[in-house]
Amino acid sequence: MADIETASPALESVDAAEPESTGPRRMVLNMGPQHPSTHGVLRLLLELDGETIVKAEPEIGYLHTGIEKEFEVKNYQQAVTLTDRIDYLAPLSNNLCYCLAVEKLLGLEIPPKAQWIRVLLTELTRLNSHLIWLGTHAIDIGAMSVFLYCFREREEILRIFEMFSGQRMMTSYFRIGGLALAPPRGWRQRVKGFIDVFPSRVDEYEDLLTKNRIWIGRTRGVGKMTLEDMLDLGITGPMLRAAGLKQDARKDQPYSSYDKFDFEIPTRVESDVYARYQVRIEEMRQSARIVTQALEGMPEGPHTADAPKVVLPEREKMKTQMEALIYHFKIVTEGFRVPEGEVYQAIESPRGELGYYVVSDGTSKPYRVHIHGPSFGNLQAVPHMVEGTLIADVIASLGSMDFVLGDTDR
Amino acid sequence: METGGAAVMEVPAELQPFALTSKFDRGELTVEVAPERVVEACRECKGSLHFERLSTVTAVDRYPSEPRFEIVYHLHSVSLNRRLRLKARVSGESPAIDSVTAVWRSANWYEREVFDLFGITFLNHPNLRRIMMPDEWVGHPLRKDYPVEGYK
Amino acid sequence: MSLIQNQFDQNVITTSVDYVFNWARKSALWPLTFGLACCAIEMIASSTSRFDIARFGAEVFRPSPRQSDLMIVAGTVTLKMGPVLKRIWDQMPDPKWCISMGACSSVGGPFNTYGVLQGVDKIVPVDVYVAGCPPRPENLFYALLKLQDKIDQMTTLVKRPTEVRLDESMLADFKQQIMVAQIQNPA
Repeated sequence: MADIETASPALESVDAAEPESTGPRRMVLNMGPQHPSTHGVLRLLLELDGETIVKAEPEIGYLHTGIEKEFEVKNYQQAVTLTDRIDYLAPLSNNLCYCLAVEKLLGLEIPPKAQWIRVLLTELTRLNSHLIWLGTHAIDIGAMSVFLYCFREREEILRIFEMFSGQRMMTSYFRIGGLALAPPRGWRQRVKGFIDVFPSRVDEYEDLLTKNRIWIGRTRGVGKMTLEDMLDLGITGPMLRAAGLKQDARKDQPYSSYDKFDFEIPTRVESDVYARYQVRIEEMRQSARIVTQALEGMPEGPHTADAPKVVLPEREKMKTQMEALIYHFKIVTEGFRVPEGEVYQAIESPRGELGYYVVSDGTSKPYRVHIHGPSFGNLQAVPHMVEGTLIADVIASLGSMDFVLGDTDR
Repeated sequence: METGGAAVMEVPAELQPFALTSKFDRGELTVEVAPERVVEACRECKGSLHFERLSTVTAVDRYPSEPRFEIVYHLHSVSLNRRLRLKARVSGESPAIDSVTAVWRSANWYEREVFDLFGITFLNHPNLRRIMMPDEWVGHPLRKDYPVEGYK
Repeated sequence: MSLIQNQFDQNVITTSVDYVFNWARKSALWPLTFGLACCAIEMIASSTSRFDIARFGAEVFRPSPRQSDLMIVAGTVTLKMGPVLKRIWDQMPDPKWCISMGACSSVGGPFNTYGVLQGVDKIVPVDVYVAGCPPRPENLFYALLKLQDKIDQMTTLVKRPTEVRLDESMLADFKQQIMVAQIQNPA
């Protein structure tokens, strides 16, 4: 339709006569910041020609809470609670990344049991995040029931988190030097009960979607990007893997004893919304495998590092030993000092590469913390991905990115 | 920085002409380059050293010492599984540095963020305006002389 | 005549206009989908099967402010978001209510920083505050019940004075109670 109109000489001459006007067929559509399918407070300015998007301009910052600044006035251990609130769909991944960065600065060795519990809970976090992604992505495209199924399993995961830490979402369970509390009684049964049935639940989601003609029609061939563009634009994580690159920080630069686990990195080559869906579904299965392995091979031992200057002493010791009491007092009142230096720790969060750049000046508060949220890099590619496509595909493309605005804006 | 295989402890030969100083600390390599040569150095890194990805661009405010700002680039080579940190120092008086958007397009938003929160101008940037704060905001919040609570 | 004899008791009730309006309003609140941050996820969770906000008649989440009468401010309100929020609130038709969900929107929460509005009540009138970071879905339901109690107090035709006035007898009662509390062993 648009082609015919531009081909018509009469219309072209009208356009030429009015150089100021942007043309009669262009329309600017504002999407967000309050829009149900932008998954938060993203604002998109879309310039449309009919139903085709000519230009897209994402506008972020509606959730910029100044977390990076706030890190500078908290001491190292206090700041763990802030990390939860950055990427609120994967709080434990953020806990882990921050703790690993500070532990690298301190040169702390974390006992195997704490490392394995960290792996277990981080993988449950990945499941949690992917479930929310799948549910909301499906509801955006029009599959309501998947959403209810996904949240059913998510509640189970949140109950496990609550059992470990006392909180459903913002657990702050990983602390610098290990874990906040010893794992609770009966946690094995709870996790086992969940993880044994989980693969069959993934089958249920697949029954609803994988061969669903509407789902395939809305997702296949939509939101395509080449691998070179993705790397250049800063995309990481499942999107990159759906374009055929086998890149995963858990394998490439193993942290927290991920090298001891046996798991596959799923990849696809189509690089469209459907391929990203398939990659994430397969990642859920692999995460379930990791959780099962962690459960079976869980080593025994302490859950915190042997570092009295960093880790709070046990209650019992604190009441009986003078030294422990002094350390307790020092840690609580002024925190611990971290040697001067800077580190960049990258981990594989559910959305891609999550990096914490921590600069220490030798005091008990971080001099500067910069968080590289994977969503920030991914969102940047929105114009590249949606320009030239139809407006109805924007929702599917955005959904396949799986961004979190807290992670983007910080 | 941390690598899959052997750690890169020394500055690669291709980067030698640009390196002012270098430091290998906690398994991570930091190379400091002159601010006016940062684009050349980045081009070299992307071309012959295969750093396809730019992980982050950020800044550290060393107020009140001079040069005040450190601009930090984290590079990531997916094919060689390597990481590298480049650093350039600029002064606190009207800080400015060349933009690396011509090398990696992803630098676009990263540099806008640094411009917004630190007030460092990136020359030749295609779209240098505030990204996090509202357009009419005064001041640059992540500077050390800016209060955490802001001016309310 | 015999056809309608004794049929009134079953089919006609006598009540007040206020009661009917309030009953209708409180039993079918239509919240606005206004998720800002972490609390939004718990708000979504409260609409799913385990918690099921439909039990309280508030499951119809509307994306458009013009179709909704309850704004659940779920998450951190930044200074950049503030004007948008105010505008959306102004677009909602009267009568409308506001629940401030979570510490961030109530008082700024953990973010006492340059970019965050320290309490959404600075720009919109809040009816119920919910504590928690983030509050559990149960907390949200409690707030919803509190809001329903509040709606029950509304009047449709007569405008009630909003400020609380002490009358003489209340004051006397209060003094009496204080005296009783001060005496060690009241008779």
